[in-house]
Amino acid sequence: MLNPGRLDTLLNTLAAWLLALLWLLPLAYAVWSAFHPTAYSARFDPLAPLTLDNFRAAWAAAPFPRYFLNTFSLVGGILAGQLVLCTLAAYAFARFRFPGRDLAFAAVLVQLMIMPDVVLVENYRTLHEMGLADTLTAMALPYVASAFGIFLLRQTFKTVPKELEEAARIEGCGAMGVLWRVYIPLAKPVYLAYALVSVSYHWNNFLWPLVVSNSVETRPLTVGLAVFAGTDQGIDWAIINAATLISSAPLLVAFLLFQRQFVQSFLRAGIR
Amino acid sequence: MEDRRQGVIGWLLLLPAAVLLAAFTHYPAVATLWHSLFTTGRPNRPARFIGLDNYRALADDPVFWKALVNNGWYALGTILPSIALAIGMALWVDRKLAGRGWLRLAYFTPTVLPMIAVANIWLFFYTPDYGLLDQLRGLFGGAAHNWLGSPGTVLGAVMAVAIWKEAGFFMIFYLAALQQQSPELREAAALEGCGRWQFFRRVTFPLLMPTTLFVLVNAVINAFRLVDHIVVMTRGGPDNASSLLLFYIYETGFRYWDAAYAATLTAVLLALLAVLAVLQFGLLERRTHYQ
Repeated sequence: MLNPGRLDTLLNTLAAWLLALLWLLPLAYAVWSAFHPTAYSARFDPLAPLTLDNFRAAWAAAPFPRYFLNTFSLVGGILAGQLVLCTLAAYAFARFRFPGRDLAFAAVLVQLMIMPDVVLVENYRTLHEMGLADTLTAMALPYVASAFGIFLLRQTFKTVPKELEEAARIEGCGAMGVLWRVYIPLAKPVYLAYALVSVSYHWNNFLWPLVVSNSVETRPLTVGLAVFAGTDQGIDWAIINAATLISSAPLLVAFLLFQRQFVQSFLRAGIR
Repeated sequence: MEDRRQGVIGWLLLLPAAVLLAAFTHYPAVATLWHSLFTTGRPNRPARFIGLDNYRALADDPVFWKALVNNGWYALGTILPSIALAIGMALWVDRKLAGRGWLRLAYFTPTVLPMIAVANIWLFFYTPDYGLLDQLRGLFGGAAHNWLGSPGTVLGAVMAVAIWKEAGFFMIFYLAALQQQSPELREAAALEGCGRWQFFRRVTFPLLMPTTLFVLVNAVINAFRLVDHIVVMTRGGPDNASSLLLFYIYETGFRYWDAAYAATLTAVLLALLAVLAVLQFGLLERRTHYQ
């Protein structure tokens, strides 16, 4: 006979697993149909033959290598810009006294509410007038000065003991030397967390790239996938699902490999 | 002298970020308000100042009201279930259940998928007759139903997608908060003869309040910001039954190319976000008192 405590644990385990299965169902379904011939897309025969043809067909039907290149450049460019600009700004806010600092900081935080996605009409107008329509630069620029990154790094830099900075100054470091030798090395975990969050966000970002890009040369994966799935495929779900998996695979695999770091990073970046 | 130097270096460090922020956050916010007072310029007809006419048109625009009301329901219908699910998931993963690493993985995975991929997968899921949902219903004798094609079910269908994508993300914040709660609380409560549900309602949930506030703010922002799945799954249809505010802005600005009216709509969205910002500020103040 089960005692009440054991029974309770058993029921909870069962319910938790049921929800987990439900949560994995859509993804499992996509995987199933991507790896089986179209005829089995909606027939769940455990003996159905496995195939990679859907992936071949998807890969051949759209310029995925180009889309990957675009996404890599976009995500890499945004991250590089963010790391440099946010570090400098955060350093200024954390360790320098200058007139208007508090006001400037409040002005930075405005971006946490007015995100670039929301003002896409005016940003498009600006970038169009600058002659940057349909470029990766236009896709990246609104996100480079990230209020979130500035805030996160400022909080981190503020926790660095002043004594370390003074020691570095005695050694003969200037303002930039101190930043490079003291602050940045001590903030490494935060940089990692921020980088993971930024990469996931921009790998997955869709609406703004959709508005800006107008050609194969600039389309990132998300927009490419939408174009691919939205147009002339008929409705061959097996191929669309293969394409969907192709475009989510790098991030998904990275997540499965570095699960702990991902979760920690999202947490660290979220809690602030 | 030293102060002057500090000031100059400070501003120089800030300058690059400040320029970009001004250009792509502050300027567009102001320009939105300004351009909403004009007509949309065309090649043969430059933009003309018309005062508040755009706002009058907006007040008479049934599609705008539809999108606004939809967005309200969408916010309510995604935020509450995803928070409830997130708390449930966190409580489960926090307990020593068998295979909890796998559970956490299953719950969190949708977070790292692109919304656009998620939308494709769910589109397939919802396909009438052929999709998994109708097949499952078929087992129980349910008739095929066009989930995304009927005004009655389409909003609920896209809400389910958002809940699926977000609950696992919110879970990790609750999990972190739960892991910081001291186990003595539970032991003390057990000695007092306090039941599981009572313990949750009286102790755990109140202690999770700061987390809930944080998650709430994020969830509300997402409800107004994330419309990728609408673009792919429904295009706002049928008959605007799944149109959300930002999606309507996108359609107006980039399919009908009516920039002035899109600016007017954006102004409404900005006003909404400003109200939220004030609320958030109030909440954050409370949160500091709490700690």
